[in-house]
Amino acid sequence: MAHEHKLAIFRGTVKFKSNIQKIWGVLIFLTIITAIEVILGIYKPSMFMHTWMTPFEGGFFATLGNIIFSPIVYMKPLNLIFILLTLVKAYYITWDFMHMRDETKALRRMVVWTGVFLVCYLIFILLQEGGYIQGVYENGYVKRDF
Amino acid sequence: MDTTVANTGSEGKTWGGGNDPLKASYGKMMMWFFIVSDALTFSGFLAAYGFSRFKFIGSWPIADEVFTHVPFFHGNYPMIYVAFMTFVLIMSSVTMVLAVDAGHHMNKTKVTWYMFLTIIGGLIFVGSQAWEWGTFIKGEYGAVQTKGGNILQLVDNTGHRVAISDIAIDAHGERVEHERKNGLWFVDEGALPMYTVDEVYNGLVANPDVVVRTQIINEEGHKTVLSREESLSKLKREGVLVVQGANLHVNEYGTSLFADFFFFITGFHGFHVFSGVVINIIIFFNVILGTYERRGSYEMVEKVGLYWHFVDLVWVFVFTFFYLV
Repeated sequence: MAHEHKLAIFRGTVKFKSNIQKIWGVLIFLTIITAIEVILGIYKPSMFMHTWMTPFEGGFFATLGNIIFSPIVYMKPLNLIFILLTLVKAYYITWDFMHMRDETKALRRMVVWTGVFLVCYLIFILLQEGGYIQGVYENGYVKRDF
Repeated sequence: MDTTVANTGSEGKTWGGGNDPLKASYGKMMMWFFIVSDALTFSGFLAAYGFSRFKFIGSWPIADEVFTHVPFFHGNYPMIYVAFMTFVLIMSSVTMVLAVDAGHHMNKTKVTWYMFLTIIGGLIFVGSQAWEWGTFIKGEYGAVQTKGGNILQLVDNTGHRVAISDIAIDAHGERVEHERKNGLWFVDEGALPMYTVDEVYNGLVANPDVVVRTQIINEEGHKTVLSREESLSKLKREGVLVVQGANLHVNEYGTSLFADFFFFITGFHGFHVFSGVVINIIIFFNVILGTYERRGSYEMVEKVGLYWHFVDLVWVFVFTFFYLV
């Protein structure tokens, strides 16, 4: 069986001579990302600890704006950075270690889109409800039940 | 005989059958399907963790203050050991890809060695996980649980944690553990806490520079520390149980849900790593025995490789959502 590997990463910016070189290159990249995460996690720079935007006030468009900008309105920038770096790591593990880059487009989409869609749905439902219950605890009279 | 099979005239055409449009073997495709479903299981767990965390967003434990230990070293090293574990797992992923690559070149010696290194990496990771569980279960400072199930920890005036056992004044013989031989023969009682709340209270009275820290996270993202008077009255009024370490019932680090999710998610992941190691060992022996050499293809290594990378992938997310965010 012939095994063709696509040897370019970062949309063709970095090209490797062989598959083995590409593996080591991706390892270095993933290690750097993990190191950045750990350093940010230990030092927690104060500029990333408070949200950069306050929620919009007002009617329908304010709500819409809050939904669209929710990652920066409701999330600390530090956490947003962690999540983005995690997704970057996940991409390179899947694409280069699991050879997703070399699979057909159809297989790739079948796996990735199905997963991404269902996971987004799950996260939305559960976090929305968690936030609601937190509001009940905070504004209501329920102290604690479970 | 043309009479048994209808000749439709579509042979060799797109819908004529016999195509494999995904250009992947059956085994590999099924591994991918398994991975998708397993990824949904894990995201269910992590989303449930997020649900509970959003529910108690103002009082959730801060991971940096929980996981601060490194084997063989004393002191406060948040995240260092988990980062090491992450690196070990990524590294074993790399040796796995190298094994797959060597398999493509039908190089049996290299596949053997890389599989071996992958197994070692997996074992180091599972061992680290076990150590981390042990440290978490054992606990360090101890805390007092209130009637409402909240946790009160003790700190000195510089904000450093104070262990319950360092300040509690032991009042001997107040309450002995009930055993079958000296009480009701048909009832058991679990181990009693090392100290009673009264002993901790007396210790707090005797140490004027120690105060109580609650679970509530303040504006600066730190846990709220009470004043001396508030500390004394809060402990007296609300404290019911001294807890040490964490299990499925109590958790000295904060809400018991945190411990439950920790055990459940890292446990489920650790079990995946463990089964990955077992599968890797089986494949390793098959490689040594020359099974794939005779088969003419090392695709089996590639399939377990997919599973192994998936375990690494899940860990990347667990690392972020449990330890970083």
